[in-house]
Amino acid sequence: MGLLSKKDSKLISDPLLDNNPITIQVLGICSALAITAELKASIVMSISVLFVLGVGNVVISLMRNIIPSKIRIIVQLVVVAALVIIVDQVLKAYAYELSKTLSVFVGLIITNCIIMGRFEAFALGNGPWRSFLDGIGNAAGYGFILILVGFFRELLGSGTLLGFPVLGDPIEKTGLYSIGYENNGFMLLSPMALIVVGLIIWVQRSRNKALIED
Amino acid sequence: MSLKSKLHDLKEKYKGKKMAPAFNALHTFLYLPNEVTHNGTHIKAADDLKRTMNTVIMALVPCLIFGMYNAGYQHYLAQGMIESANGFLGASFWTIDNLLIGAWTILPLVAVSYGVGLAVEFLFAVIKGHEVEEGYLVTGMLVPLIVPVDIPLWMLAVAVIFGVVIGKEVFGGTGMNILNPALTIRAFLFFAYPTWMSGDKVWVHGAVERDQMIAAGQSNLDAISGETILGSYAQNSTVAYDYWDMFWGLIPGSVGETSKFLIIIGALFLIFTKIGSWRIMLSTVVGALVMGLIFNGVVDAGIITDSSKFYGLMSVPFWQHLIIGSILFGAVFMATDPVTASQTNKGKWIYGFLIGFISIMIRVFNPAYPEGVFLAILLMNVFAPTIDHYVVQGNVKKRMKRLKVKAA
Repeated sequence: MGLLSKKDSKLISDPLLDNNPITIQVLGICSALAITAELKASIVMSISVLFVLGVGNVVISLMRNIIPSKIRIIVQLVVVAALVIIVDQVLKAYAYELSKTLSVFVGLIITNCIIMGRFEAFALGNGPWRSFLDGIGNAAGYGFILILVGFFRELLGSGTLLGFPVLGDPIEKTGLYSIGYENNGFMLLSPMALIVVGLIIWVQRSRNKALIED
Repeated sequence: MSLKSKLHDLKEKYKGKKMAPAFNALHTFLYLPNEVTHNGTHIKAADDLKRTMNTVIMALVPCLIFGMYNAGYQHYLAQGMIESANGFLGASFWTIDNLLIGAWTILPLVAVSYGVGLAVEFLFAVIKGHEVEEGYLVTGMLVPLIVPVDIPLWMLAVAVIFGVVIGKEVFGGTGMNILNPALTIRAFLFFAYPTWMSGDKVWVHGAVERDQMIAAGQSNLDAISGETILGSYAQNSTVAYDYWDMFWGLIPGSVGETSKFLIIIGALFLIFTKIGSWRIMLSTVVGALVMGLIFNGVVDAGIITDSSKFYGLMSVPFWQHLIIGSILFGAVFMATDPVTASQTNKGKWIYGFLIGFISIMIRVFNPAYPEGVFLAILLMNVFAPTIDHYVVQGNVKKRMKRLKVKAA
């Protein structure tokens, strides 16, 4: 890769798979279970976290030498809260329906462990460019799992993708429904999201035995 | 060359290969293997896992056969084609017509349950390289008995795969599971396809189709009656069955749970053969009665009047809770599962009591679906190890105290 050195590109590729924030570090599970019933909500949530974590990491990294270490958590909270409010307002202005679906979970990005975790673990000790890459990488790893879970839950639970009926019409009995197929209501409930995440973790670790810890 | 020696040769041929457990399982299931160990001391015991499982299956067979007759009986009765059979030996109940249509709908459920479940078991045995375990034998028999007759077969297959993989294999297979696999399968069906698991249409064979025909004006029947007794009570409407119907089991319901009489026979068989724990069965019944008495007391005290939506189920006489719904089936065949139940004797009393208690509580307070036995048992499955822990700790404490007294 011409643009990024090998070390830098690892910052992005690692959190996507082998050090994924959700499936390996098991962080940010709460929102992964709550808002993945629809693919659209998962995508918007992923973009929001991508923005907050990317920008937040840069801001913290720029301020890392002037933040007194005793109050660094408060400073981090102020930064992430400011960014989340921006996201929240933008969603309310341009995608009101969606912001109602996501409801409190946009605000709860503040408490998402992944964000504070990256601030603490990476941005406080690295330069802005590398922090930016790290933020983008981790948010992408988070978003990748979110979208994967959202894809299966919406497809099997509602028979739609992004709101489009891909399997036919359940009321008119067309497409797959004409042969007796029915939507799986369990998929729309949060416990099934936990099971789907669990299955992803299972598949990932059985493909790469090095990830299994005792 | 007989099948036995063929299987033996296949076993030898595949020894050490990935497919070996599958042939081993077939061989030992069908025949006594030829291999004889020559040294070491051996204890010959007949009560191995297979024998235990088969005993439970024998206790379940009467329920299954009765379920077939009942499916046909409810089917013809709902269409007004036969008279109501008064009592267990009623002439219009034990007819060949009833059995044929019942077997035609229920045997596929049994076949799918066993076929899919054992396929998953074999697959996991081959992948993980261990012997096929017998754990699914009872589960496979229980599953068709606790679902509505007309459940689509593909739904059952999906649920069985889910139940065996998520309920059992992820925990490490037979003997390691936290939740009862059969109930996991039922819970999955209930939450995934609620229209097929509750309501007043699904309990009688063919009722869903007849309802559609009536709606389309293609049938000369007026209405559908297929409400379970619990459903009637939950809607504060009158119940069309008398107590003896409920006891003998001539009522709509899941396939195998309607006949309280045959369940009690099965229970006695399990207690006599010492396979099922009488402590759990008895304490579950006691728990249900206590909760029923509390609700009766609440009604008698005038706290709940007949304007309340809970009045119907709360005012059911406490003993009657035992003969409606599936509390007895759950107590005898589900709660006693030795893997998921409490292991200590004191723990079994607590575990069973809470199952009965919570079952009736959910039954009365759940507006969407007036039966809670499977939810209560699954909940207590989760708590069984905790109960055991405190029982054992309590015993340790008691003995420590005794030790101190002696030392002093």
